[in-house]
Amino acid sequence: MQHNVYIYILVAFLVSFLVRVLPLTLIRKPIKNDFIRSFLYYVPYVTLSVMTFPAIINATQSPVAGFVAFAVSIVASVLGAKLFSVACISCITVLILEYIII
Amino acid sequence: MANKKYDFIEGLRDGLPIGLGYFAVAFSLGITARNAGLNSFEGFLSSILNHASAGEYALYSSIQAMEAYLEVAIITLVVNARYSLMSCSLSQRFNPNQSFFHRILMGFGITDEIFGIAIARPGYLSPAYYYGAMTMSIPLWGLGNALGIWAGNLFPANVVSALSVALYGMFVAIIIPPAKKDKIIALAIVVSFALSYLCTQIPFVKELTDGTRMIVLTVLISSIVAILKPVKEETINSEE
Repeated sequence: MQHNVYIYILVAFLVSFLVRVLPLTLIRKPIKNDFIRSFLYYVPYVTLSVMTFPAIINATQSPVAGFVAFAVSIVASVLGAKLFSVACISCITVLILEYIII
Repeated sequence: MANKKYDFIEGLRDGLPIGLGYFAVAFSLGITARNAGLNSFEGFLSSILNHASAGEYALYSSIQAMEAYLEVAIITLVVNARYSLMSCSLSQRFNPNQSFFHRILMGFGITDEIFGIAIARPGYLSPAYYYGAMTMSIPLWGLGNALGIWAGNLFPANVVSALSVALYGMFVAIIIPPAKKDKIIALAIVVSFALSYLCTQIPFVKELTDGTRMIVLTVLISSIVAILKPVKEETINSEE
């Protein structure tokens, strides 16, 4: 069987495109069902949480630095820091901690 | 018109931290792509078309292992299935009269981060804002990947390590503000963190890919919370 890189890329593109676009184009009206509405209301928060932890611990060279950056970013957000600031604060935390640890 | 221009510029602004985070992640993803034998152009093309970290990682691994095309289709479907949940979620925030063209283009632009900042804004989704965020961030994703393939390990490891948490910091900044207003959201977040961690520790369950774990946990936790604490219509509307 031939293996062409461009066919691989095309296959991945088509599948990911349909996965993203189909629901948006098929669902054109507000959903009335209470369960589905509530489910979709919670989905973003749950997905983003699941993606963040524990992945952040494995993203850094030192798991400790990743964990502290996670804690610091939560505290900063609770105190009212915005998107860009929180991202910067967590990067700096890792940079400093890994300088000390490693 | 002025409003659209303003939205677009705001999108560019909010897309910048995303783009910088993308650049760092795509750069390290580029190293994987290089190991799979892709050149910079192929890496750039696959990144612009897919713009999904887990999905591309699966793609490059499959290319390296010379998997069947069908297998690539299935793994892409599984790893990216969460985007269809986000797409459903976004559909509820569209102006019902929004054109087919905007739906396709905005659907194509769904990533964890763009979705995150889009739903964080009140009211109907603004295509101009969304396109601003896409314009700023997706090319940086492709560029980071191409440079990663080209330059390999040129960046010092501590810089790559520090930049790689930027994305997660942003996720946290997206979920915490609504959690301060809604205790149920806060509870859902804490439960999600805990179960997500447990699932990487429990034997057998920890063998699941990251993508599968995300889908299973998202569907499970969101369903349970939705059954126990259904959202009143007014709550969702007041968010808009």
